[in-house]
Amino acid sequence: MPTVVAEHPKKSQILAALEDVDTSFTDVDPLENTMVLNMGPQHPATHGVLRVLIKLDGETVLGSVPELGYLHRGYEKIAENATYHEFIPHTDRLDYLAPLSNNVGYVLAVEKLLGIEIPKRAEYIRVLISEMARVASHLVAVGSMAMDVGALTVLLWTFREREKLLDIYDVLCGARFTTSYTRIGGLLQDWTDTCTAMLTKFLDEFDQDMKEVQQLLFTNRIFIERCENVGYISRQQCIDMGMTGPILRASGVPRDLRRDNPYLVYNDLDFDVITAQESDALARFHVRFSEAMESAKILRQAMQKLPAGPICANETKKVLPRKDRVYTKMEELIHDFMLINMGIDPPVGEVYQGIESSKGEFGIYIVSDGTGQPWRLKIRSPSMVNLSALPVMIKGAMVSDIVAIIGSIDPVMGEADK
Amino acid sequence: MNELILEKLKQRFPESVESSNEFRGDLTVQIKKNHIVKVGEFLKNDPDLQFDMVIDLLGVDMYRPEGRFEVVYNLYSIKNKKFLRLKVLVEEEECIVPSVVSVWSGANWHERETFDMFGIKFAGHPDLRRMYMPEEYQYHPLRKDFPLMGIPDSLPLPRK
Repeated sequence: MPTVVAEHPKKSQILAALEDVDTSFTDVDPLENTMVLNMGPQHPATHGVLRVLIKLDGETVLGSVPELGYLHRGYEKIAENATYHEFIPHTDRLDYLAPLSNNVGYVLAVEKLLGIEIPKRAEYIRVLISEMARVASHLVAVGSMAMDVGALTVLLWTFREREKLLDIYDVLCGARFTTSYTRIGGLLQDWTDTCTAMLTKFLDEFDQDMKEVQQLLFTNRIFIERCENVGYISRQQCIDMGMTGPILRASGVPRDLRRDNPYLVYNDLDFDVITAQESDALARFHVRFSEAMESAKILRQAMQKLPAGPICANETKKVLPRKDRVYTKMEELIHDFMLINMGIDPPVGEVYQGIESSKGEFGIYIVSDGTGQPWRLKIRSPSMVNLSALPVMIKGAMVSDIVAIIGSIDPVMGEADK
Repeated sequence: MNELILEKLKQRFPESVESSNEFRGDLTVQIKKNHIVKVGEFLKNDPDLQFDMVIDLLGVDMYRPEGRFEVVYNLYSIKNKKFLRLKVLVEEEECIVPSVVSVWSGANWHERETFDMFGIKFAGHPDLRRMYMPEEYQYHPLRKDFPLMGIPDSLPLPRK
């Protein structure tokens, strides 16, 4: 009987790549046939439009080739044809589970290029929003990973908690998802007492809710057996493959840009870098869970230390003026017109700024030619790099482990595909 | 730290280092294209430097007659908590760079992406396919001569 491959007039490159993958894996009881299984791009457990081609021997994965690009929107090309301000809304759509930290990462890179110092209050608010984004993203990661292995309740609980954070986003910037909250040299709006009250209320309930999740999962035999020793990747492989974020920390490498290459005011805040040694799906789950708790600690400190003062740098040629002043003051109207139409005039040069987003190191590399639009803007997306370790993690696993492993990588395809 | 890195590189590879500059505290070292693998191996294995991670690898289309493309390597040393940027120039006629996958396996997908977006080939890459664009696509979208709106009919509709 002819195989599926032979029926096609032209063998596709991805299938050819799968055939080249090293499939030397020995099992004690191998079945006779190998089978090619296509998973995704329309598969609920792939967290978006990830496609994985898998070669199976019975139920054991011999090799796999992930295929990206089903959500490729060409943001790097768009960035080259937009002013620095115009690109801010596009950053929301990268890691759409933590849009606020993308906003922060992008403007930090532009500010590094321009050499702007922002006021202390703005820095603290940026810490607040990055940590809120981290908590929201980790809540989704924890809930959806539990759902992937069959525990649906946790997803409902964590989404209920995340909803409260989205309500704070709503008060803060008028949008729940597409926040576009940061501006070059400052922020869109000030942090209000309402936000403080809402966040305090959220944090008070958060500890209790996380405790409930903990009770449900941490000693749950089914959950532990589905995740323990699944998706192992060695510490050395993690470093070689450029893993960042919870995956790297779950393999025992305490790398956290917030502490190692501090930005904003993370130096003044007291928090621990969570690590684990096991480097399996369960360890990654625990790292994310504890990191969310650490973020709650940071949020409390940052709210306490939040200083008064302006939220935008006093650089009229670079920072957009406030809208109410644009409508009433001549000077601001001129600046607004020039900044919107011509863009900022940055120095010629190239900068890289990475931040520790919830998925790992989110970095922006900008090459500036001195005009209002970046000559080249590269997005270093943690999800894409973390996904590149998927073949290592799922080699030798069972089919049912694949969803747990993808859940433990916690990829967001909007970011991986750019 | 930046001085130490530069000094070590210049001392070890006097003929490989073409130029270097520092902007906003970031050190960029331009390396001769064909020496990138041995420089990378040195940077990774030197006990003082240990640049063991390739955080990012990207192409830039400078759109100039000589040295049209740049390939930029963004390295990180976990031990020193330090970033370093290497850069090689690539000519349009000879659009091929030695692959550094043998040094840092994490460069694999980054090099595929660079090939996809700029058409820069990487010699010795184990699996140089397109990363994002469809397999049958003819163009390299991040080149400066590729129009923003795309090229009409460049993606054929599915056959019936």
